[in-house]
Amino acid sequence: MLRIPASIYDDLVAHAREGFPLEVCGILGGTGDTVSAIYRMVNTDASNEHFMMEPKEQFSVVKDLRAKGLAMLAIYHSHPETPARPSVEDIRLALTPGVSYIIISLADPAKVDIKSFHIEAGNVEPEVIEVFNH
Amino acid sequence: MNITINGKETAIPENPDRTIDSLLEELDVSQRLYVTVELNGEILEREAFGTTPVNGGDVIEFLYFMGGGR
Repeated sequence: MLRIPASIYDDLVAHAREGFPLEVCGILGGTGDTVSAIYRMVNTDASNEHFMMEPKEQFSVVKDLRAKGLAMLAIYHSHPETPARPSVEDIRLALTPGVSYIIISLADPAKVDIKSFHIEAGNVEPEVIEVFNH
Repeated sequence: MNITINGKETAIPENPDRTIDSLLEELDVSQRLYVTVELNGEILEREAFGTTPVNGGDVIEFLYFMGGGR
């Protein structure tokens, strides 16, 4: 299970909508299974179909998380026009161990769908997201 | 000698032949083609992984490529 405060959950939706029609991406940090920080990242691909984070920005976030005593809990990206399920490329490139992979789908603009997955060695396991208020 | 890997100071045996690439191998880092390395605050070109020596006091960060597509 991944626990996400409502404010950060809402920010995931806002980020995806603001970036539409391009894919957006970012990192969630926290402790245990509870998210407490969101980092909006630049999609260097600036694409409707792909995302890629910039290594310098990644290192900066990792160091900031460490300085705050937090861990990287999830990597997120949006699917502007496709469902919230990992694509073949998403699965192939899910290389960071021990994190959740969150997909925000805007396929139905009226009902944003957010799903989380554990992806290890090509195996995809859905994960429950619990949204909580502070 | 001591180096810092992803924020943790680590003691490793002296080895003048050790490169960034062989260090990653020692650390059992898989899929090294998709790893980005920062050495003492500067991102290291992948082509240099196999020729860049690891020296005492080095501060090394590494992480995986983060990307995907629909």
